[in-house]
Amino acid sequence: MSDATGEAPMLEVRGLTKRFGDEVVLDGLDLAVRKGEVVVVLGPSGCGKSTLLRCIAGLEGVDAGEVRLEGEPISGTRRDSALRQRLGMVFQSYDLFPTRTVLANVTLAPVVVQHRDRLEAEREAEALLRRVGLWDKRDSYPSTLSGGQRQRVAICRALAMHPDVMLLDEVTAALDPEMVHEVLDVVLELAEGGLTMVIVTHEMRFAAAIADRVVMLDGGEVVEESDDPAAFFERPETGRAREFLSMFEYKREKGKGTDHED
Amino acid sequence: MPGAEIVLDPSNVLRLLAGLGVTVRIGLVSVALSLPLGIACGMLMTLRNPLIRAVLRAYLEFIRIMPQLVLLYLVFFGTAGAWGWDLSGEAASVVVFSLWGAAELGDLVRGALESIPRTQYDSAYVLGMGRRQAFARVILPQAVTRLLPPAVNLATRMVKTTSLCMLIGVVELIRVGQQIIDYNRFAVPTGALWIYGSIFFLYFIVCWPLSILSRRLERRWAR
Repeated sequence: MSDATGEAPMLEVRGLTKRFGDEVVLDGLDLAVRKGEVVVVLGPSGCGKSTLLRCIAGLEGVDAGEVRLEGEPISGTRRDSALRQRLGMVFQSYDLFPTRTVLANVTLAPVVVQHRDRLEAEREAEALLRRVGLWDKRDSYPSTLSGGQRQRVAICRALAMHPDVMLLDEVTAALDPEMVHEVLDVVLELAEGGLTMVIVTHEMRFAAAIADRVVMLDGGEVVEESDDPAAFFERPETGRAREFLSMFEYKREKGKGTDHED
Repeated sequence: MPGAEIVLDPSNVLRLLAGLGVTVRIGLVSVALSLPLGIACGMLMTLRNPLIRAVLRAYLEFIRIMPQLVLLYLVFFGTAGAWGWDLSGEAASVVVFSLWGAAELGDLVRGALESIPRTQYDSAYVLGMGRRQAFARVILPQAVTRLLPPAVNLATRMVKTTSLCMLIGVVELIRVGQQIIDYNRFAVPTGALWIYGSIFFLYFIVCWPLSILSRRLERRWAR
């Protein structure tokens, strides 16, 4: 599954199978992500999309198949630190370190893992936090921030490690609607900057706006994949994708229907 | 109110303070020994090894179910009878209170460690931190903030419970008070009220700061 230039994709998943007990969560899944590409993974809950990200990140082992980063196999959870640093991940529940300030959350790993100079790490953290509009919150503790603010800090924390690929696992699912935008604006900006990303989300308009490619999972398999997100959302080819997308629409039986997105 | 002279008599004051010294010494030494033992116990309890778990569980339950007084008798008289050990009352007290403190603190440490969400480990992992780094930089600071208030509370309970040591012949604060009362039984019939009143304040002076500290920490770290 190489792209036209013959280079190995940035991230590649081949025949990935993951079981929890008797339940097959991922069933021989294939996915390739080129450098600079933004792939959005959609699908009903329980379709295995979060598990896919966790397998890529090394948080879950795989039962069959493999994960490759720039052609190198990296499956499994026993990865060295240098490899883990190349894959950044942001979680639904933010998971900032509660005993540390915003600034310390962002600089901790660069200083203790990458042994970078503290001042240099702080300068970079400043640039990142300014970009997401949270530099004035640098000395606050996570518990005093809103969900949207925490998630933006979590994104900065991941970016400070200079990952090759960012994995975003339903980063707005726990947020109040008015905070979703401030987080997704940051993610859009990252995409503009050419960062390679795999994004799991339920925000369909956001998915349509940011995706270079849309991949829909169901039952642990890819049921539809499209390089043309607009076309995918307008005219999904498979029945399962149509069915899934129709869940985000509401229509009144009589009179005028209203379109509404979750 | 007659009888105040009993607590104004300098020799009685000195004796009470000496008794307080014994109380605080048993308490502090026991707390100091409980700390490393309890932390080790707590960390071992989070392991998945079923044998270690069972042994520590049995230890904790045993110590919890037994009244402290029975443990004191067991260590003081039991070891003397069974193996002819000649432990001093104070040594036996320190053994019992350290074992008790270690068990209770161990359970607090286990609870604190297990209360840290799995996702904190995940975050540390994807940031490239090693197991030790994650434990020292991410998990431990959170565990300590959750642990300190109940641990300080445990320390105050240990200090208070040292009053039982007089029942195996340790001359600590309360025993000293009784001696003074007995000695002045006819000269100062109201002595008991004065002496126990003073003892109340002496315990208060030791435990109150700990209790304030615990509440402060709880408020400060309630995030």
